[in-house]
Amino acid sequence: MVMNADPQEKILIKDLTLRYSDGNESLRNINLSIKANAVNVLFGPANGGKSTLLRTLNRLNDLTDVKELQGEVWFNGRNLLEPDVDVIELRRKIGIVFSRPVVLPMTIFENISYGLILSGIRNRITLKERVQEALEQAVLWDEVYDRLDTPAADLSGGQKQRLCLARSLALKPDVIMLDEPTSALDPVSTTNIEDLLQRIKKEITIILAPHNTQQAARMADYAAFFLQGELIEWGDGNQIFAMPRNKKTQEYIEGRFG
Amino acid sequence: MNTKYDSSNARRKEKIGFAALTVLSTLTVLPIIAILIFILIQGMPTVTWEFLTGFPREGMRAGGIFPAIVGTFYLTIGTALFSIPPGIAAAIYLSEYAPDKGFTRAIRIAMINLAGIPSVVYGLFGLGVFVIFLQFGTSILAASLTLSIMTLPVIISTAEEAMRAVPQSFRLISISVGATKWETIWKIVLPQSLPGIITGIILGLQRAAGETAPILFTGAAFFLPQMPKSPMDATMALPYHLFVISTQVPGMPIQIQYGTVLVLLGFVLSMEILATVIRSRARAKRQW
Repeated sequence: MVMNADPQEKILIKDLTLRYSDGNESLRNINLSIKANAVNVLFGPANGGKSTLLRTLNRLNDLTDVKELQGEVWFNGRNLLEPDVDVIELRRKIGIVFSRPVVLPMTIFENISYGLILSGIRNRITLKERVQEALEQAVLWDEVYDRLDTPAADLSGGQKQRLCLARSLALKPDVIMLDEPTSALDPVSTTNIEDLLQRIKKEITIILAPHNTQQAARMADYAAFFLQGELIEWGDGNQIFAMPRNKKTQEYIEGRFG
Repeated sequence: MNTKYDSSNARRKEKIGFAALTVLSTLTVLPIIAILIFILIQGMPTVTWEFLTGFPREGMRAGGIFPAIVGTFYLTIGTALFSIPPGIAAAIYLSEYAPDKGFTRAIRIAMINLAGIPSVVYGLFGLGVFVIFLQFGTSILAASLTLSIMTLPVIISTAEEAMRAVPQSFRLISISVGATKWETIWKIVLPQSLPGIITGIILGLQRAAGETAPILFTGAAFFLPQMPKSPMDATMALPYHLFVISTQVPGMPIQIQYGTVLVLLGFVLSMEILATVIRSRARAKRQW
């Protein structure tokens, strides 16, 4: 471990290897440290293992046919890959936002209160406060405060994605993971989301898998380059994008493949 | 050779094709409409308040069909009771829990085949299992159970279909914000598929309400001087009553038969319309 003590480490991935039953996208011997209160960028060509890694961190892969899973992922003093980990609680601590802004077929309010109610909050006033707080954090409150009881499906794509973010933020997670969150969005909405991530990273650790290298370079405090299931190189964002140590990283950043 | 594209021939062919399709589809709908109108005209004068609420008199040659209406109502309720809970449970299992393996596929194929079994076979099955083996006798209970077995495949497959139509992404989102699988089913999948499930239930029950063969040996009575008092009693029922007065009673006034047909048709059609209304309303409100 090179960059262990400083700055603070949120998640430590040790020797993580994963293979799906259908032989698809897998991870080979990943060692990575996710830094607290920073934007941790995972980048690289498609099928590199970024999504798989994200889905492993909050155990969404439990729903998938995983053939082989080895290694450790340390988070809050526990190896979260152990079978007796409370995955429900884990998913509240490590939230995820997907590339397609999928809103649940309910009102805007219900979309956000859904997870809160599941976590045991029943008090109407508390719910309202938490929903407002989350929407403000996701910079959506001003646009929707007067129509919280309308279907979320009526929102625009960019608004939906911020609603998805608010839905995760409402649970007050330690970590939020975003899998190509702006790939379906227009440039203005993309900028909105990027700005807002930079703002909330003071409170929340962010793991971002951007859909292009430009976004990766813009956003990265720390960056990890994934290629075909292997972690090629990781470290400080500026260093990775300015002077990558590995030749493959350099070629990818320069756009020679991808 | 003429290289210029001439579309007039293609258009003429299209016109002929469309005309043929229009004629054919009109021909198929026409008999149904004709039957409906014919029954309506013939049956309307018979269907009076007295006919709907009175007992049959003079060897069923006069009077009303109240016991048969109530009997069909009882049988439908009984069928609903026995087929809806296990039907939905099975659909949840098949849609949400069952792995997509050979065994599950075998169940699905079995269900499709069950739907194709002639209803008289269900009747004989009910006679053997419920009436004789379980000693329920010829009763509402035995007939309802028999009808339930016939209805189950319809309910299971439509309910499963409705649940599978709920986008997978909703389930993933629900799980990712800390829902268990069951909470996801209860709060997302079931509410979203409910209109489809209800439609399937109504269509299944409607078929059960109109069947004669399954209740023939299991619960239907030729004629009863009083109403059934418990589920262990036999009952009169509209479809069987219709069969009886059409074939078993000499000198039967034809008007009573038309009246009975109209009532049965009204019963079944109103269920069908209810299902259609629920479906179209849900479709208009659906957000995916």
